[in-house]
Amino acid sequence: MQLKKFPGLSMHVDVDDFIPATDAEKEYMVQMRPSSTFFKDGLKRLLKNKIATISFFVVVIITLTSIFLPMFWPYSYDQMLGVTPGRPVDPSFNNLAPFTYGTTEQRWIDEGYSVFPHIFGTDSQGRDYFIRVVYGARISLAVGFFASIIVLIIGMTVGSVAGYIGGKVDIVIMRIVDIIYSLPDTLMVILLASVMKVALGDVIDGTILANLGANMISLFFVFALLYWVSMSRLIRGQILSLREQEYVLAAKSAGAKPGWIITKHLIPNCISVVIISTALQIPSAIFTESYLSFLGLGVNAPMPSLGSLASDALNGINSYPSRLVIPAVVISLIVLSLNLFGDGLRDAFDPKLKN
Amino acid sequence: MNSKTLLYILKRIALAVLTVWIVITVTFFVTRAVPGGPFLGEKALSAEAEAALNAKYGLDKPVFEQYTTYLKDIVTRLDFGPSLKNRGRTVMEIISDGMKVSVRLGLIAAACATAIGVVLGAVAALRRNKVVDKIIMVVTTAFVSMPSFIMGTLLLLLFALRLQWVPANGAMEGGLILPVITLALYPTAYITRLTRSSMLDVLGQDYIRTARAKGVSGVKIIFGHALKNSLIPVITYLGPMLAYIVTGSLVVEQIFAVNGIGRAFVGSITDRDYPLIMGTTIVLATLIVVMNLVSDIMYKVVDPRITLE
Repeated sequence: MQLKKFPGLSMHVDVDDFIPATDAEKEYMVQMRPSSTFFKDGLKRLLKNKIATISFFVVVIITLTSIFLPMFWPYSYDQMLGVTPGRPVDPSFNNLAPFTYGTTEQRWIDEGYSVFPHIFGTDSQGRDYFIRVVYGARISLAVGFFASIIVLIIGMTVGSVAGYIGGKVDIVIMRIVDIIYSLPDTLMVILLASVMKVALGDVIDGTILANLGANMISLFFVFALLYWVSMSRLIRGQILSLREQEYVLAAKSAGAKPGWIITKHLIPNCISVVIISTALQIPSAIFTESYLSFLGLGVNAPMPSLGSLASDALNGINSYPSRLVIPAVVISLIVLSLNLFGDGLRDAFDPKLKN
Repeated sequence: MNSKTLLYILKRIALAVLTVWIVITVTFFVTRAVPGGPFLGEKALSAEAEAALNAKYGLDKPVFEQYTTYLKDIVTRLDFGPSLKNRGRTVMEIISDGMKVSVRLGLIAAACATAIGVVLGAVAALRRNKVVDKIIMVVTTAFVSMPSFIMGTLLLLLFALRLQWVPANGAMEGGLILPVITLALYPTAYITRLTRSSMLDVLGQDYIRTARAKGVSGVKIIFGHALKNSLIPVITYLGPMLAYIVTGSLVVEQIFAVNGIGRAFVGSITDRDYPLIMGTTIVLATLIVVMNLVSDIMYKVVDPRITLE
């Protein structure tokens, strides 16, 4: 073919380019991939984020440890090791340094028995400090988790109702939200917690709730009362923009009821925003719980939380600094990794930050 | 200032007044819900003593009348009644004594946080993705995640007890250094991050490119052109910063034994001194609400580009 002589000239058309493709070539062009969902996309981006992945594993390890370890541990969080029924209190168990033993334990060891070590020593009442820290982490995580769930449920209900119904209902709800939002939350939490812990004491006596303790219940109560507002604002904003979408109109014209549209169309579409802000709510709830425990308004003694452990350690800070440092490190680790994981989730799942 | 801005300001002031009123009302009725009444505590008293106490504090009157008296006393005379546990002192005396110490502590912390935060933020933005920027970002992330009481106790342990560089007691000479650092760390970290991101935002604007094209030096662009506009988001943080410092001072004053309003507040909770709890809650809440109001209004007034809702 004559044209082949001048491959560099763009004016000339190469006839070879127009020969039908062979089967092998067609095969090459077709790339089959499983279809990717929004969730899978986000997960892939999340796994690429090393910091978020590591934080996630830290959270998982701490959570699993705090749930399961107390089941196998030979000591319990409220067991005073120096106290045996029918015998005088053995003070040698109090304030043990890490990996040291009380006199009776030392005798057993000398006789050749093995005694489970006190990894972090014991506190001033002879309780194994390691299990108290583990238990404290469990309490803090549980408070963070359940408080966020409460906030999520209330915020989601109120926000979606306000956003979907609109009109006067929306105006009234949003005014209430504005007012609660402008209240100084920590002060209100302290006030409510300090009063409720007294007021609740008699009410819950003898019921199943007594195990939780009045402080804990008042803590959940104030979370439910005050912290739902930002969640409901967020969801209302999402719903407002989503309800104008065509598929909502289509569902409406097909006769769908509001409840159906909210649960089947609107909530699934704003779920990523909801998950992200719930994930970021957990560390802030833990923050608040530890703060209140530090002020003596958190969990009831002898139940430990990381905040109350740090607060108790303040009395012997000069002689036993490790008792302060350990809960401090654990709480900072939990809050930091939850925050970093939440940030990672936001980067991975928030469609606005996509690309 | 146009009429729209004025209307916005008036609306904001109305909301602030409403909020303060709600705080007072909630505080009043919540403390009245305590079993046995706020003034009596758990001690069993004889009938006469109880009646005498009730008469003294006006508790024999109907609740609504007590409420209006309480509200009127606050609004007209700033009077929160007598303290229950500190005999012979009024709540207002205790609060104003505590305020003298706390305001000083808080203002120093706020000033340090703003100054250092803005400078660090500007440096981080200027050296974006360089080593300095990365170090600043890692350190600030760590500080943002650390509760103030943890930070405070660790600082106390290290600098006051181990190294003995500064006294552990806040009332002594140089004793305010650690409380100030503890209170300022979180806001500093926050302002640094805020300034960095808004500075980066501003640096991408057209007028900065114009300045560059004219040949203005980098330092002059940062401090002459970019800084002023990138400080606008920092203004919105002034209100929340004060709220943080107020609540942070509750534990910080406890840790470092500073005789401020925070310590009085925490003490009143442990003592169940309800008039003092009510008084401090109301005063601190009002402070926070007012500061939020001021920073909101400043934000709208400073930048005419911001559209009002």
